[in-house]
Amino acid sequence: MTAELVKTNQVTVTIDGIQVSVPADTLVIRAAEEIGVQIPRFCDHPLLAPAGACRQCLVDIPDAGNGRGFPKPQASCTLPVAEGMVVNTQATSPVADKAQQGVMEFLLINHPLDCPVCDKGGECPLQNQAMSNGQGESRFAESGGVKRVFPKPINLAPQVLLDRERCIVCQRCTRFADEIAGDPFIALVERGAQQQIGIAEGVEFLSYFSGNTIQICPVGALTSAAYRFRSRPFDLVSSASIADHDACGSAIRVDHRRGKVMRRMAGDDRDVNEEWITDKDRFAFVSTRLDDRLTHPQVRDTETGELRAASWPEAFAVAARGLAAAKKKVGLLPGGRLTAEDAYAWSKFARVTVRTNNIDFRARPLGADHGAEEAAFLASTVVLGAPGAGAVTYADLETASAVLLAGLEPEDEAGTIFLRLRKANRATGARVFAISAVGTRGLAKVDGTLLPTVPGAEAAALAAVASNSDVALDSHSVILVGERLAVVPGALAAAVELARSTGARLAWVPRRAGDRGAVETGCLPTLLPGGRPVADAMARVDLAEAWGVDAVTGKDGLSGSQILDALRDGDLNALVVGGVDPADVLPSGGVDKKLRKALKKAFVISLEVRSSEFTELADVVFPVAPASDKAGTFINWEGRVRSFPKVLDHPSSLPDVRVLAGIAEERGRSIGVRTPEQAWAEIVKVGPWSGERAGFEAPASAAAPQPAAGQLVLASWKQLLDDGRGQDGDEHLRASVRPPVALVSAGTLTSLGLTAGDEVELAGPLGRLRLPVAVGEVAEGVVWAPASAPGASVRHQVGPAGSAVTLVGGTK
Amino acid sequence: MGTLKEQFWDPVAGFGVTFRTMFRKVVTEQYPFEKLPTAPRFHGRHQLNRWPDGLEKCVGCELCAWACPADAIYVEGDTNTEDERFSPGERYGRVYQINYLRCILCGLCIEACPTRALTMTNEYELADTTRESLIYEKSDLLAPLLPGMELPPHPMLLGADEGDYFRGNFRPSQADESAEEH
Repeated sequence: MTAELVKTNQVTVTIDGIQVSVPADTLVIRAAEEIGVQIPRFCDHPLLAPAGACRQCLVDIPDAGNGRGFPKPQASCTLPVAEGMVVNTQATSPVADKAQQGVMEFLLINHPLDCPVCDKGGECPLQNQAMSNGQGESRFAESGGVKRVFPKPINLAPQVLLDRERCIVCQRCTRFADEIAGDPFIALVERGAQQQIGIAEGVEFLSYFSGNTIQICPVGALTSAAYRFRSRPFDLVSSASIADHDACGSAIRVDHRRGKVMRRMAGDDRDVNEEWITDKDRFAFVSTRLDDRLTHPQVRDTETGELRAASWPEAFAVAARGLAAAKKKVGLLPGGRLTAEDAYAWSKFARVTVRTNNIDFRARPLGADHGAEEAAFLASTVVLGAPGAGAVTYADLETASAVLLAGLEPEDEAGTIFLRLRKANRATGARVFAISAVGTRGLAKVDGTLLPTVPGAEAAALAAVASNSDVALDSHSVILVGERLAVVPGALAAAVELARSTGARLAWVPRRAGDRGAVETGCLPTLLPGGRPVADAMARVDLAEAWGVDAVTGKDGLSGSQILDALRDGDLNALVVGGVDPADVLPSGGVDKKLRKALKKAFVISLEVRSSEFTELADVVFPVAPASDKAGTFINWEGRVRSFPKVLDHPSSLPDVRVLAGIAEERGRSIGVRTPEQAWAEIVKVGPWSGERAGFEAPASAAAPQPAAGQLVLASWKQLLDDGRGQDGDEHLRASVRPPVALVSAGTLTSLGLTAGDEVELAGPLGRLRLPVAVGEVAEGVVWAPASAPGASVRHQVGPAGSAVTLVGGTK
Repeated sequence: MGTLKEQFWDPVAGFGVTFRTMFRKVVTEQYPFEKLPTAPRFHGRHQLNRWPDGLEKCVGCELCAWACPADAIYVEGDTNTEDERFSPGERYGRVYQINYLRCILCGLCIEACPTRALTMTNEYELADTTRESLIYEKSDLLAPLLPGMELPPHPMLLGADEGDYFRGNFRPSQADESAEEH
């Protein structure tokens, strides 16, 4: 039955004398690829709508399927196949070949011959196809070869440069901006030979996906400001890798030269990121070669009290001695940027070497319950989910009837999800709803509906969705919850309940690349590797057997914020800290006096790529490898395993697993694995827990905090590009950070007696900050501001999201 | 035993060659005490040429490195700025190295160079005692400043843009001073 259905949709055409059956509506240019004939093209892109802009793909069609031929050559990239159609490409038809050579001659009238200084030279479709499908001579050279010139280059965005004379007006970039990213800030301007890509006066191409236009430009018209003139394609060694800035698991290609990454390009993975990545994934890779990169182990000298360089064996010995002295009063903060292998090593190190459950990968605010609800949610609902095992996938987002977002702003926090939601919305009209305080531009681009919610009231809002007839969730719908819901009591429970009552599927989308892998490998106080609950004695025995140890402790562990509190109070004697940015875990953005005193007293082991405030307070410092210098696996929000090989060889930094193995062996309690490969083999061997999963009891949901009269509630999250340390070193990328504003509703603005554009003072529990005010689709009684931006860190200078703040107008 | 000729004449006949040569001109060159000029197009050490105003001709395009069959050339390009200009146009070669341990002096790099920045001199004394010293840097390869040339970085003195340089549309005041490359 199915086979017959498929068969009826097949169309048989004859291309260059070869019969081929392809699905109906296939474009001729793709049908020709099926028989191995490559028709030259520039504007055609499989993920963009057909345009027929460049005319390079002309073919001769003697029979259009109805017995009559087209009198002139046709563009094969816009023409769907028809039953019985006969197509002759340049391979067999002199007509098509002559037409293509003519088009190429036209395209090259004004294209400069500056290939030696053009970044695209060597990987340029125009260069290649001018050789394969062009003629050697141009008739336009007789007039002196005078070409149209423009002053060059101009910035479309801080990180994207445009050389207008090289442009062949194929419109791939404008179509990408319009169709895929939804940021139509670039367009064709002028007419005739002067036609060019342009931006509106003073309005830059500020898109989080602008870098993709550089990659799909078939000539060298769009180039990257950071990569410009840096190297040539034949210098570069390309390694496939996985993006390490968010939990999307996007495939990337890392191009490096002599041990230095020169650029990152989007990889091609239809199941995940298609061919697109965010600008952060593309440009933010310089930070690991800044001066503050740690290059050798250090230990604190007992006499001078200063850090001094040490050998690896000495540092292992000192670390092991310190841990032995601290007994079990140790906290471990591995951070959320680890590969699954490294996270597994941390998890096993905590259980086998230190024998504690005080481990938490969550380096972020955890709310009043210290993340207990989120941990229970992860243990019961999220862990062990994977594509093929019932978990939500990108493909499910594309076919979902409706998507509900809670505590998640996809454009800022998971760019690939944003692009899929936009694709789904454009293709099927799938509706997107957001439980949020702000109707962002990202939400507008997916044609989403805001369910205005004051921060803190998300639990009630989720509960109310069930009775909201407008939001029709069914078994084809998806609920995506972000990690920001952790700070709202009862919100995750409400999401689980909503999914249960409506049949919609639920997925958790964290912000960092290693978050999900850390859940799977048990970097939580309540969870052991493979989803084994700590509270389940059977699971502990199972794991102890797999590990060959006597027992795995079942004692309650401390969560991330509890570990820091315990350190402050002197209840813990030692801290092992990984890639944790102090700015993320400490409300004021830096180590406060009391914690500094406690950390100086406690024994601190730091495993870091770059020097941080924790490193400076540590007793032993180990340099560890960034994702580019080690093989590993990220597990993305779907639960999809995304392995990547080592890109660069950097002998001075080892993966976390090797460092922890060294300390553990010195301590006499080996973790049994030394390399990422061994760790992965053991993860597979230990396997997932087949016994009973941890339950999830809904905690009492607290009422949303009511701000006092005259106060507003602060809504806030980190935008994609901010002042994060991972983006350090690329001034072009940093220049494209959206300028921070305080966003309020029109009603709130009037009631405060302000006008848009005024500079206002935002005052909260931590202090005050001056920002310009703007009007947006914001819930009443709420002010939104980005959590962090260069020079304006709302989360440290004003307060965390959910704080009560005041907005006072000032002079301009 | 051979014939009588083989036994008695042949051993003496060889001295005839010796005797004749004694009256010919000697071909031995007294190198290094006496240096003879090479053939004019001999492939010797490379040189990076300059425009008549002293700006570098190299645009850092790496085509020489691409052409090199021995992988002896390493180039890194960079962007000229208004304040710091090394060559006409946007791009210049910030790093330029030729490794004479690898170079086979085949001259393919010369053919590849789109600006005639790279040419070869007739200098052939390329021996040294360390490996490091045989990697010639840009400063070792650049042509000496001739009269009228100014050490870069400096603005374009001979034309408004790089097109004027490449087409030879030099400003009249400077054009007569233009020196040919070697």
